[in-house]
Amino acid sequence: MSAYEPVIGVEIHVQLSTRTKMFCGCELSFGDPPNTHTCPVCLAHPGVLPVVNEEAVRRALLIGVALGCEVAPRSIFHRKNYFYPDLPKAYQISQFDIPICGRGEFIAIRDDGSEIRVGITRAHLEEDAAKLTHAGGRRVGAAGSVVDFNRGGTPLVEIVTEPDLRSASDAAVFLRQLRQTLLFLGVSDCSMEEGSMRADANVSIRPVGADQFGTKTELKNMNSFRFLERGIDAEIARQTAILGSGGQVTQETVHFEPETGAITSLRSKEESHDYRYFPEPDLVPLAPDPSWVAELRAGLPELPLPLRRRMVDEMGLTTEDAEVLTDSPALVAYFMEVAAAVDPKAAANWIRGELRAQLREAGQDPWESTVTPARMAALVGLVESGAVSVPAAKEVLAEVISSGTEPADVVEAKGLGQISDEDELAAIVAEIVAANPVQAQQLRDGKDKVIGFFVGKAMAQTGGRADPQAVQRLVRAAVLGQ
Amino acid sequence: MIDDSTVHHVARLARLRLAPDEEHVMGEELSGILEHIDVIRGMDVEGVPPTTHVIALENVLRPDEPRPGLSRDDALREARHVVDDGFGVPRMD
Repeated sequence: MSAYEPVIGVEIHVQLSTRTKMFCGCELSFGDPPNTHTCPVCLAHPGVLPVVNEEAVRRALLIGVALGCEVAPRSIFHRKNYFYPDLPKAYQISQFDIPICGRGEFIAIRDDGSEIRVGITRAHLEEDAAKLTHAGGRRVGAAGSVVDFNRGGTPLVEIVTEPDLRSASDAAVFLRQLRQTLLFLGVSDCSMEEGSMRADANVSIRPVGADQFGTKTELKNMNSFRFLERGIDAEIARQTAILGSGGQVTQETVHFEPETGAITSLRSKEESHDYRYFPEPDLVPLAPDPSWVAELRAGLPELPLPLRRRMVDEMGLTTEDAEVLTDSPALVAYFMEVAAAVDPKAAANWIRGELRAQLREAGQDPWESTVTPARMAALVGLVESGAVSVPAAKEVLAEVISSGTEPADVVEAKGLGQISDEDELAAIVAEIVAANPVQAQQLRDGKDKVIGFFVGKAMAQTGGRADPQAVQRLVRAAVLGQ
Repeated sequence: MIDDSTVHHVARLARLRLAPDEEHVMGEELSGILEHIDVIRGMDVEGVPPTTHVIALENVLRPDEPRPGLSRDDALREARHVVDDGFGVPRMD
């Protein structure tokens, strides 16, 4: 163990999935041809004026309310000035000292059930920059970059946390669960890959027990949780090595290279932030009506963490079940519909196990597959009632996926119904026992595991239609006389 | 007094290239402006809320409804360089 303790805070940019941009009526798009969603406002032509998108404000408030933030009775926009080709006005409209949402708190839960309490410093509204790409590779004479303004002006909420995280893995847990909450709020697609959710981490280390923070670096734009965790760990290791050899950490922006695991410096110190913020004179203050905020608070959906707790406490699910099933609002809705009709624990086992495994091959999600919640419930019901065995039910599921047929019809058509006639099953078992005297002796000698061998044989012989429990019982009866 | 190095820094942020003698003149002028602000700062504004905006308006919002913008051709008409249907700019790495 090193004698240093990491101190980590994160900044998360979330693109709001509104229909239009933050300050103009251009439609948001992803993957459309470049520069097909622009207007004089988002191209910063002279004389234009921004007008705030009401839905973006609503979503920012929703985030604030969900994170327990103080909502500012009155907030204002600021201009953040810097020159870069992705920013046509040469300033970004953002918020500075009076953001729409102030202090809040988010509680994430580690795998072992312990809490990670993360203070939220603020959540504010701003606009995204345009997309910059490098043109034509290394074409001679064309060593330039190309700007696509489709993304320019997309509404963003930036969430800033207090330096409350103490490890890279906690940071990843926090971000995953925060992302899930945002997905449940329906405010953003939160795709790290597509850049609709981006995270930067402020990382410093200090001797264990110290009150003061060390010098921090800003780890930029990591596009997956895995890279984020690895990046933070690499930065902690780098800083530890520097301090360990008597050096000093330089305050700078750094970048993590996932391919090599290396940390590289992104900007030199001379270009460090000097944004000369001043109040945006083109926009009037935001003063959300308290009744609007109260309405949003009252209408909050059930958020993932309380939902998980309810799944475990009231529905008999394991912590792991609950975590898997709250992966997305769509999956929750799917599960809840199935669980309303059959035993929730059985529903959870089938959905997170066999259903997801079989659908993974088809590259489908449960809610968009032919296995409707009603069909899933019907199948689980057939197993629960003993009408089909578990192996047969798996086969039925495959058929429902490929043909979209009702489970009961598949059972009927393929003759997969469980053999309910004990005598028929007993005859089959007797035959198998007679054909395998060695294993029968092993069972008699107390090698109980051999029972699985007989069950396997019985399942094979009946095409999966035997009830494994019944087979076990019958084998014991036949061999041991129990 | 705003010194030359501060002027140099601010000029750099504003992408202005100033000759050394211009930097000095600019420093004097900026100092004059800031001195005047110091005068304002000396006034008693106890109980006066900060005036970030001069119009007594709040919450000017727009419904989230798309409006037609510019065609790509129109958008790119004033671009100095058009490259791959985009605005060509100096290389940014």
